[in-house]
Amino acid sequence: MIPFMAQVRTIARRDLIRERRSGEVVWVTIPFGGIALLMVPLAIGTDAPTLQRIGPGLFWTIVMLFGVLISIRQTNAETVPQRDQVALTGLDPAAIYVGRATASFFLLVVFQLVLGVVTIVLYDVPVDGAVAFPLLIVLVGAGLALLGTLAAAIVSTGSSATALVPLLVAPLSIPLLIGASQTLEALRLGRSSLAWTLLMIVTVLVLAVAGVLAARPLQETG
Amino acid sequence: MRGRAHTLPAVDTPETLATLDSVSVRAGSVHILRSVDLSIRSGEVIGVFGANGAGKTTLLRVLATLLAPSGGSGAVLGATLGTEDRYEVRPRIGYVGHVPGLYPELTLGENLGFVADARGLSHDEGSRALASVGLGGAIDRITERCSHGMMRRAEFARILMTAPDLLLLDEPHSALDADAVDLVDTLVHRTIDAGGAAVLVSHDRERVARLSDRTVEISGGTIA
Repeated sequence: MIPFMAQVRTIARRDLIRERRSGEVVWVTIPFGGIALLMVPLAIGTDAPTLQRIGPGLFWTIVMLFGVLISIRQTNAETVPQRDQVALTGLDPAAIYVGRATASFFLLVVFQLVLGVVTIVLYDVPVDGAVAFPLLIVLVGAGLALLGTLAAAIVSTGSSATALVPLLVAPLSIPLLIGASQTLEALRLGRSSLAWTLLMIVTVLVLAVAGVLAARPLQETG
Repeated sequence: MRGRAHTLPAVDTPETLATLDSVSVRAGSVHILRSVDLSIRSGEVIGVFGANGAGKTTLLRVLATLLAPSGGSGAVLGATLGTEDRYEVRPRIGYVGHVPGLYPELTLGENLGFVADARGLSHDEGSRALASVGLGGAIDRITERCSHGMMRRAEFARILMTAPDLLLLDEPHSALDADAVDLVDTLVHRTIDAGGAAVLVSHDRERVARLSDRTVEISGGTIA
């Protein structure tokens, strides 16, 4: 069997090629995320102080909602015959999980960067916490990628309905949402953001461990 | 029963590659397989016939270790069904389902390349396998733009590349032209010549019976 990281790269490369060909993230999810950010000022008015205040929170909320769609898509889009063939390659189910999450992570980083620019431009958000932004993008991207991949793997076993995905994802994404928004807020107010950052790191680690441990049972499609 | 022109290598004691002992599979309250007993030995080709919904595909998925039995026991290539051992033997199983397991967004070459990467093989082996099934000129074609017959040929190429010990084919002759039908024979012969075994599920009794050492009939989830 090939080394674990080579297995991860094999799965991630496959998913990124599939995404490049389908263009789902670039041509559908990112534009819709941008439209969502655009519609809020249209709905509540263009009062600059209000938009500056709600901008960061709104950005993270939209990243969570649309980001989960990005990360569940690849696993959800895989048919039973495709999953069967992947299983018969002998790839470690844990490597498959990490590989899928890695591909989603890269897509989520791009998604956040584009929406981040849109938020700064549309909401005139001050860039006080810009120094923390790369770290937050990485943590939120990793957390959502791991969470969405795990949730999609659970429902793809056939024993649960796809409609359960939001119920699985919503509670588990809350630490990421709170951690990201509160880190920026703490930096804006000159307070320590360590506790919030640690919350996000712990969430990411818990999701990674849970996904790796659950990978084998979840590979069985029933 | 089998009409092969070539000679099998001498096998002193045929090894049992798979056994099913009173295997049952349920989906909710529906019994898909009931107390199925089956033994598959090396060098053996078994044809499985039955009506739609009889349980043929489920039987193949159990043999492929992709579906754990709800009841009974069994072993495939030394791995007890439903245990962690199945992960070790899966790369030695070749399974072509009646629905292609290819990724439509990838080219045929990329689909084979993915399997090659996963198995630690070179991409050249994927290209050679595609060429050997007559798809040498379609390596860069996006799979969703290929006909069903081309997809089946590509799946046969995957089998040629991975050379499994246990070959499981579900409706192998469907959507194939005359040339491609011969590919099925080639796959089966290569597998058994190497000491493996093959199970073919089909509605095409005449073709499969000609290839098979023995046939079994499955009805209502039970082997008659």
